Amino acid sequence: MTITFRQETFRDDFTFRNSPDNIRRFPFPFDHDAYMYAVNMEPHVRGAPNSVFENLIDVDEHYVAEMQDRALVLKEDPLRCQALPHMMAAQWDTLELIMEHQAADYPEHFSLTKDGDLWHWINRPLGIDDSFTFGDASTLPYPPMEYITRQAQGDFCIVDQRDGNLWMDAGMVTTQADWSLDFDIGMNFMEWHGPVPLAHQIGVFDRALKFLLNLQQGKPTRRLNWTMTVNPRLDTSPENYHKWGPDRLTVTPENVGRKMHLRVELQSLWRLPRSNAILFVIRCYLISLDELVTVPKWARRLPRVLSSLPPEIVDYKGLTRNRPIMIDWLNAYDDGAPTSPGIYPD
Amino acid sequence: MLVAGIKSRPEYKGLEIDPHARRHLFVLEGEGARALLERAGTDGGSFLAKAEILYLPGGSAGKNHSADLAALGADIVWTAAGLQPLLGRLSVCLANATMGMRIYIAGTEGFIGQIIQVALDFGVDFNSLRTEHRGSLARRVQCVHCKGFTDNVTVTPFVCSHCGLSLLVRDHYSRRLGAFQGVNIDAEAPGTAPEPEELFL
Amino acid sequence: MSINTEMAVRVAAITQVAAAVKTFRLERIDGAPLSVFSGGSHIVVSMNDGEQLRRNPYSLMSSPDDTSAYEISVLRVANSRGGSAFLHDRLEVGDHLTISQPVNLFPVDHRGRKHILFAGGIGITPFLAMMEQFTRDNVAFELHYAMRSRTHGAFWQQLLERYGPRRIKIYFDDEKSLIPVETIVDNQPLGTHLYVCGPSGMIDGVLLTALEAGWPKENLHAERFLAPPAGLPFQVMLEQSAMAITVGEHQSILEAVEAAGCEAPYMCRGGACGQCETAVLSSDGELEHNDVYLSEAEKAEGKKIMICVSRFKGQQLVLQL
Repeated sequence: MTITFRQETFRDDFTFRNSPDNIRRFPFPFDHDAYMYAVNMEPHVRGAPNSVFENLIDVDEHYVAEMQDRALVLKEDPLRCQALPHMMAAQWDTLELIMEHQAADYPEHFSLTKDGDLWHWINRPLGIDDSFTFGDASTLPYPPMEYITRQAQGDFCIVDQRDGNLWMDAGMVTTQADWSLDFDIGMNFMEWHGPVPLAHQIGVFDRALKFLLNLQQGKPTRRLNWTMTVNPRLDTSPENYHKWGPDRLTVTPENVGRKMHLRVELQSLWRLPRSNAILFVIRCYLISLDELVTVPKWARRLPRVLSSLPPEIVDYKGLTRNRPIMIDWLNAYDDGAPTSPGIYPD
Repeated sequence: MLVAGIKSRPEYKGLEIDPHARRHLFVLEGEGARALLERAGTDGGSFLAKAEILYLPGGSAGKNHSADLAALGADIVWTAAGLQPLLGRLSVCLANATMGMRIYIAGTEGFIGQIIQVALDFGVDFNSLRTEHRGSLARRVQCVHCKGFTDNVTVTPFVCSHCGLSLLVRDHYSRRLGAFQGVNIDAEAPGTAPEPEELFL
Repeated sequence: MSINTEMAVRVAAITQVAAAVKTFRLERIDGAPLSVFSGGSHIVVSMNDGEQLRRNPYSLMSSPDDTSAYEISVLRVANSRGGSAFLHDRLEVGDHLTISQPVNLFPVDHRGRKHILFAGGIGITPFLAMMEQFTRDNVAFELHYAMRSRTHGAFWQQLLERYGPRRIKIYFDDEKSLIPVETIVDNQPLGTHLYVCGPSGMIDGVLLTALEAGWPKENLHAERFLAPPAGLPFQVMLEQSAMAITVGEHQSILEAVEAAGCEAPYMCRGGACGQCETAVLSSDGELEHNDVYLSEAEKAEGKKIMICVSRFKGQQLVLQL
């Protein structure tokens, strides 16, 4: 499968757009007309062709542009990529996982050959051709996690498992929905989820933690999470909140279709073999409302979901200011007809 | 994002004396001295012979806790001339310590956080630390934007002493940084920050 | 739904390494590489022993980076439930077995500045893999290994050769040399972690000594696989499957359920991980909780049971399965 990579920006002039094929691939997160937090984990296995679930590590038309944006973010703020000292084995586990999946599923773009510990990695879209010794960080231009996550879409957190708990002890986080790696690194599962409203009270995190502590090699799991972003901006970090926060005031009924984006995270969790840690992949997808309403089922469902959200979730996801404008605009596409269950377009 | 009632608030369970510890290290600040003074009779005071006390009087300098601590009969009692010397001495103490040492910390939250950071650096598991909050509720806050720390924050919002942004003080706390998170409160509409109000826990 | 992935392997070699200990080398039948794993991991080995399907956990002792084969070592136990008897007496080179992916319930704490390992008898096996890992990662460790006698103890000569006498200390019961646990735990730097694997009594003793020396429990780690204890046969009613089954004296409830053709979730098969927790709808007798997973309160309440190791004494047990 050969991908045509787009040239586009996620800042300044925001030229990001989805091609028509990519719109239909989009991981629309709502399988019915309402939303509440749940332990909505399912086995991360290959899914429908031409969907984002086709491959377990998804590379799409935005790959090159996203990696360029990541490099800019890191130049401005290297604290977005950190690893505590005891996480080196987990870093190598992560490098191996990503390289093997990308090379196996996108052979036109990535190649990996191994001669014992001597590995040769080629990344054609980014023009990288490196030979290195697996296990020897001095043979790579960056530490292993940073090296490979500069070449993989999405954010990556490596979570250490000990004391019956999970600890976020390493990460590359440049496309997050508003949390700070520098602040959260070192926290355990309950602590880093501290700010999320409601979910604690309904026991979502207790069950999720138990489930993840038992995550097995060879059996990754996945779930979807979502929010809305003004402009297709990947770097909506708290660090830069004072820079992107004002965007929220620029939304009008005339421009909401173009400016407002549904932002979905396809989260996958993998047990890492050498370190027994867990790799938490947060793969971010953006779609403007203009693009989204070209799929009638989604156009009907989204306003219904937005209208019925609990106020705590509205507040936590930063939707307070613009929710009325969004719903008004979307309602034009909702004729009240029933929507089919599930997330896929009809 | 500006939600109240966050669950990552640290808990300070109290300076319960561990009967099995081979050595007890008390790192105390200000009114934190009273946390130990009130427990001096535990097990008939037998633990004091194996105890080392590092004390920073801070805001309680006028209350003579130093003398009261010195009168306990602990193996070692030392009063620090400031936070820096205390941290220096603590590092050396921990470098020489063995696994049988239990560490107890009492004082303001900012102080506890900074001592915990040093202990974590020496590989001490934080669940084994016994902590008790005494004294002011003032917080140590890190500005998520400029990464600067401001001590003794008592109101929210407050103006970051480094970058000048108006910051909401969240309950979200980082043990690694020893501080609460401060986030720009009027990011969406600069200049609309509400009046500061006193923090309570 | 049971969540284990399983692999078909053939027994590539069987080696007698000590008086009652054999090492089994397992290679994938399809020739594909096995997964690397983390030291302390175990696999669950499924064995067809005549009519009975046995599934027992065994620690991986081979190097974590060796993808060509997994090695396990098994002690021939006198009153074995059948697992060690089967492996020692009936299994032959070339035979086929099914194994699970590695699972780790005894992992290393990566933050440790130093790791002290206490092994008793066959409890050495997870440490063999761990020590390979420590060596690869350049991490400080020392092993204290107690055995019945020089002929009963496995691997001690190779360990001394590979890691040297400063890191490997050996003790033989019949020579009256005992591990001086109190002395060892008394003088370790902050950030040391302790691991113990061996007979239950030894584990309890080491942990207690360390706690009484002031070690925090977060720095103490033990591997206790509970082989399901034998007992009298009993009846179980599976409510959802509308089936009545008999659990034999050498069978666990889980094994009996599987033999009856039902699927039940499981993972470690040793009472530790929580995966096989089953609701007790009614019990006309006494639940015998043999797991380390439920709380004391939960065990007393009697509404849950870990079917991979726990048993029942009485008229009838009704489970939500």
